[in-house]
Amino acid sequence: MPGAGSVAGSRSFLSKLRDGDEIARLITFLFAATVVLITILLVYELWVNSALPRHKFGLHFFVTQVWDPVMDEYGALPFMYGTVVTSVVALLIAVPLGIGASIFLAELAPPRISDTLQFFIDLLAAVPSVIYGVLGIFIVVPLMRTGIYSGLNKPFGFLPIFKGPSYGVGFLTAGIVLAIMVIPYIISVSREVLLSVPRDQREAALALGSTRWESTWKVVVPFAKTGIMGSIFLALARALGETMAVTMVIGNSPKISASLFAPGYSIAAVIANEFTEATGELYTQSLIALGLVLFILTFVLNGLARLLIVLTTQKGSGKGNQ
Amino acid sequence: MKRTTVLLAAVLAFGILLWAENALLINGAGATFPSPIYSKWFDVYQQKNANIHFNYQSVGSGAGIKQTTDGTVDFGASDMPLTDEQLSAYQAKRGSALLHFPTVLGAVVPTYNVQGVSAALNFTPDALAGIFLGKITKWNDAAIAKANKGVNLPAQDIVVIHRSDGSGTTFIWTDYLSKVSDEWKNKVSKATSVNWPVGLGGKSNEGVTGLVKQTPYSIGYVELTYAVQNNIPYGTVKNSSGNFVKADLASVTAAAAAAANVMPDDFRVSITNAPGKTAYPIASFTWLLIPAKIQEAGKRDAIKSFLKWMLEDGQAYNEQLTYAKLPKEVVAKELKAISKVQ
Repeated sequence: MPGAGSVAGSRSFLSKLRDGDEIARLITFLFAATVVLITILLVYELWVNSALPRHKFGLHFFVTQVWDPVMDEYGALPFMYGTVVTSVVALLIAVPLGIGASIFLAELAPPRISDTLQFFIDLLAAVPSVIYGVLGIFIVVPLMRTGIYSGLNKPFGFLPIFKGPSYGVGFLTAGIVLAIMVIPYIISVSREVLLSVPRDQREAALALGSTRWESTWKVVVPFAKTGIMGSIFLALARALGETMAVTMVIGNSPKISASLFAPGYSIAAVIANEFTEATGELYTQSLIALGLVLFILTFVLNGLARLLIVLTTQKGSGKGNQ
Repeated sequence: MKRTTVLLAAVLAFGILLWAENALLINGAGATFPSPIYSKWFDVYQQKNANIHFNYQSVGSGAGIKQTTDGTVDFGASDMPLTDEQLSAYQAKRGSALLHFPTVLGAVVPTYNVQGVSAALNFTPDALAGIFLGKITKWNDAAIAKANKGVNLPAQDIVVIHRSDGSGTTFIWTDYLSKVSDEWKNKVSKATSVNWPVGLGGKSNEGVTGLVKQTPYSIGYVELTYAVQNNIPYGTVKNSSGNFVKADLASVTAAAAAAANVMPDDFRVSITNAPGKTAYPIASFTWLLIPAKIQEAGKRDAIKSFLKWMLEDGQAYNEQLTYAKLPKEVVAKELKAISKVQ
């Protein structure tokens, strides 16, 4: 190697290079940069290709309820509403179920049962969404018209969210199917996090005289809080962007209704449904603008969820100090 | 070392394969409805002309029109004729005209799920328009009952099911409703997706059929081909001569034959609500979109000879795939039009 060793700095750089440290740093940095770059490119493409509706409708796009390809009038509100409502319903069902199951698997179940169940849960996470959609059509939709409907409508029918007739498809059906889809994510991630809580945390709690459940609920779960929240974010992201299963059971009708039994529509579903046959620039670009809206919505909801965690964690630690 | 050799050999073999495949590749994209018959045609045609390869992507009419206009494919396909604006956009971008060639016929039928009714229901244009406008809300409404004497229709709410995805089927259906109902024309009009006054949306023919089967007292519309292949019961529709006609290949071809006399030179014609005693009123052509100017001589000759073959021999494959044949008059007119491709 001619010239090597002339400068001390370069020598150490070269030796680092030989050790592989620098190379590894460079390569991993490139990979990390690629992820950021792809995100930026995505937003740029969505922004550039939605110029027409942005100029024509402006901020009205967010509050207009009409979606009329014939009159070339487009608004995002019913789709935003459907996306948010179905995701919230899904999380309301999936979070307690998922976290409860993960606590059982990580803390209470014998390891053999826990591992076997985990295997099936991982399988569930890998099932394609169209399969969940089919299950939704054949199992949830009939139930929504009969059992679930009368179970909710008769006692709670005075509440606006449980009013009105049920066609089987609608916000609640989509929310239930989404919940079934995201539960494996919550369980899988939460279980791993709970299992990685150091043993001495549990032992310390037990040594202080707490019962097993108290050590689990008051020590282990709060310790794993951040990780569990991470699993909920993953579930929320999946629910917001889910397309196929939602479009099969939501009713695909761009209307805003208070009742969870009413049919609705979601952003991802309308893009998937109408993009291929969209004729005319404004129509196509309005669908791309919807994609941008979904991006913003995901961003905002994620931020809100994070804020919620920051607030609750502070409260939690404050209690702990007392 | 051994693995490298194997890898090298594989790459070489692939290269040779590509070299040997020195065939003329013609790309097309567009409508999904005729894609089974197109695949069949291209397959048979390739067996006869080994050096020509057609690659057709059924991405939807809208995407097909866009790709043809952008020049990323050699030809397009659409379930609806292009509008004047779309044609002038093509003219502006590509500097030549785009020609329509009808290939096969499709029809759309009303399908329903009314418990206790087993007979095929008759639908008048007014009843269909009223139901889909949300003005006729009960199955025992006089507009439906009048055309179905002796059928015991229940006093239940009608649930309307429509397509949620943009589709040529929706275009034909709304084109028909626009012709028979002024209110529909003014309020909703025709397109591949419209702002539906009422109802639930199902994705594709399967989605609509699934919803209709699952929802008691519902009514939807599906492609005739799909209904026949899946044994889905469907109703008859009253045509412009006042007869209730059940859609089948013969009644669809009859609708086209009636329209053949008034066929414009550019073949952009709607045959919904066509005249003729036996004509089924909710039918349409589907078109290949061929550029009037094709620079490459090889491609031009291949496309022209395919068009000729499709019109003369290819039509024989239609009925086994449940597509209605083109009427003779239309075939004759199209054969003459092939010379416009230059």
